[in-house]
Amino acid sequence: MARAFETVAVGDELAPVTIPVTRATLVDYANASLDQNPIHQDEAFATGVGLPDVIAHGMWTMGASGTLVAQWAGDAGRILEYGTRFTSMVVVPRDGAELLVRGVVKSLDETTRRATVELTATSAGAKVLGRALAVVQLD
Amino acid sequence: MAVNEEYVGRSFAPVGPYAVDAAMIAAFAQAVCATDPVHLDAQAARAAGYRDVIAPPTMAVRFDQLASREYVADPGAGIDFSRVVHGEQRFIHHRPITAGDQLSAQATVDAIRSAGGHAMITIRSEITADGEPVTTTTSTIVVRGGE
Repeated sequence: MARAFETVAVGDELAPVTIPVTRATLVDYANASLDQNPIHQDEAFATGVGLPDVIAHGMWTMGASGTLVAQWAGDAGRILEYGTRFTSMVVVPRDGAELLVRGVVKSLDETTRRATVELTATSAGAKVLGRALAVVQLD
Repeated sequence: MAVNEEYVGRSFAPVGPYAVDAAMIAAFAQAVCATDPVHLDAQAARAAGYRDVIAPPTMAVRFDQLASREYVADPGAGIDFSRVVHGEQRFIHHRPITAGDQLSAQATVDAIRSAGGHAMITIRSEITADGEPVTTTTSTIVVRGGE
């Protein structure tokens, strides 16, 4: 069921979610997205090019963060627009990492019955997405 | 080699069509930890008003990358891909990508800006099915300057 426009107010917070990420997740993402850059899979390669460790694909972080909005809106097809800047890396050591995602309703458009949600995604205390905004179609 | 600013405004050869199926969507959904049944269960997707299972919103990047490759791999473009960092990404969905789609994609260079020895390139990909718009993606990549 999609969320009804009338039940939503600016400032509403979406239930936060913590998403675990392991190197196996990144291998799955590499295969599903066709992005096989070794910095996302190979520790020796990543550290060899000056990174602290294996890092998640920015697009994995964007995709995983988007699930919070889809769940809130009702289903993923309600997301009409989604954009972000990549401000920091999700570092994925051998024992994995976590991504913490929060969201808040920034604005509402009565004519189109759409909401703009701003997401905040952090990992190990660092903000990894910047200006992460999704426009969703409510009922 | 510097990024060739004369490429602004240039569109590249369309790529595709690529068939989208339920297995591709399920694999992508699982990889981004999306458990929404509209990605996995055709009945749930139909109940929500879709023709079949739909892709997570960021799966469009797969077709964006295939289209953008026509540009970044162009020897005249002057892009050293080992120096590329993803700066920004945006999707506008005209409709969800759905199992059964045959998607084509075409990349256009919207802007090239130089700042502090780096080049910031904005690439737009129009993803279509049978000529109808499905998704417009905009990515900004940063090509780091040499030290």
